[in-house]
Amino acid sequence: MTRRVRRWVLAVGGAGLAALLVAACPALPPFGGATHPYGDRVVHESLARQTANTIASVNFDQRAFDTLGELGILFASVIGTVVLLRQTRDERRAAPEPAAVSLPVRRYALIVLPVALLTGLYVVAHGQLSPGGGFQGGVVAATALHLLYLGADYRALENVRPIGLYEVGDALAASGYLVTGFAGLLGGTAFLANTLLPYGTFNTLASGGTVPLLNAAIGMEVACAVVVLLARFLDQAVEIEKESGS
Amino acid sequence: MDDPLIVVALLLVAACATAAVAVRDPERQALVLAVLGTALAVLFTVLQAPDVGLSQLAVGSALTPLLLMLSVRKVRRRERGKGRTR
Repeated sequence: MTRRVRRWVLAVGGAGLAALLVAACPALPPFGGATHPYGDRVVHESLARQTANTIASVNFDQRAFDTLGELGILFASVIGTVVLLRQTRDERRAAPEPAAVSLPVRRYALIVLPVALLTGLYVVAHGQLSPGGGFQGGVVAATALHLLYLGADYRALENVRPIGLYEVGDALAASGYLVTGFAGLLGGTAFLANTLLPYGTFNTLASGGTVPLLNAAIGMEVACAVVVLLARFLDQAVEIEKESGS
Repeated sequence: MDDPLIVVALLLVAACATAAVAVRDPERQALVLAVLGTALAVLFTVLQAPDVGLSQLAVGSALTPLLLMLSVRKVRRRERGKGRTR
């Protein structure tokens, strides 16, 4: 394909997409309306099951199966990254030299680290009550750990992060989600059906049936997955280098 | 679209996204991407989607730039290594 033909193909494709988008826009409901047919039904369902955060109810109750798919995507992509970024035969590990950290950076990182970690755990724990949830809190908690790399050095980070433990945690959390789903199948009505546990009192930590359990499983899975993912990237960026002379 | 806050947030996102494309140095691009992530989080919060806003804040302004920076560092290190053995 010559450059000219390629440009034409791009132009035709782009024009087609633009025409379809413009044609689709008039059929959309107006921007920012006060009522939404789907939203009203979702809020009604989530209140019936004592779940204060409607989004958590959608993610872990009404569409819990979709969340299982997303969990699978994250799990598989982390496995893929681990395989791709492993140490190959012509590479060796070089111990990184400790680098000098300027005092303000060190101070800031070490002050913010516990606050960020606690914020992450809080967001996971209150996922069924307030905005946030397992995914958001898990990412915050996992990235908070890496402030240690900024504030101290790589060795200190490795000490608080036994990577094997996080890999096991990732797998355990993913299977915990599945087991909760199967428990719904055995003790209730259907896979991942939220009919097993009492719904509890509205707006308390234990409300919502299986929603807090699934939320916690996702929080642990995401936190462990992000730690493993970043560990592989850090390994490549800091430690692993090409064997010289090969 | 009559809410000025939404218009301001949209303009902010557009400006940040344009800057992210215009900046050519990958390291700076990662930083601009972090700012874009924050702007998007503001936009989502203004549009009453705080859950999505939180996700965007965690992934878009912390995780993605961090992964980018680490990748850039790896590539730079490899280039330096080649220069040394030559």
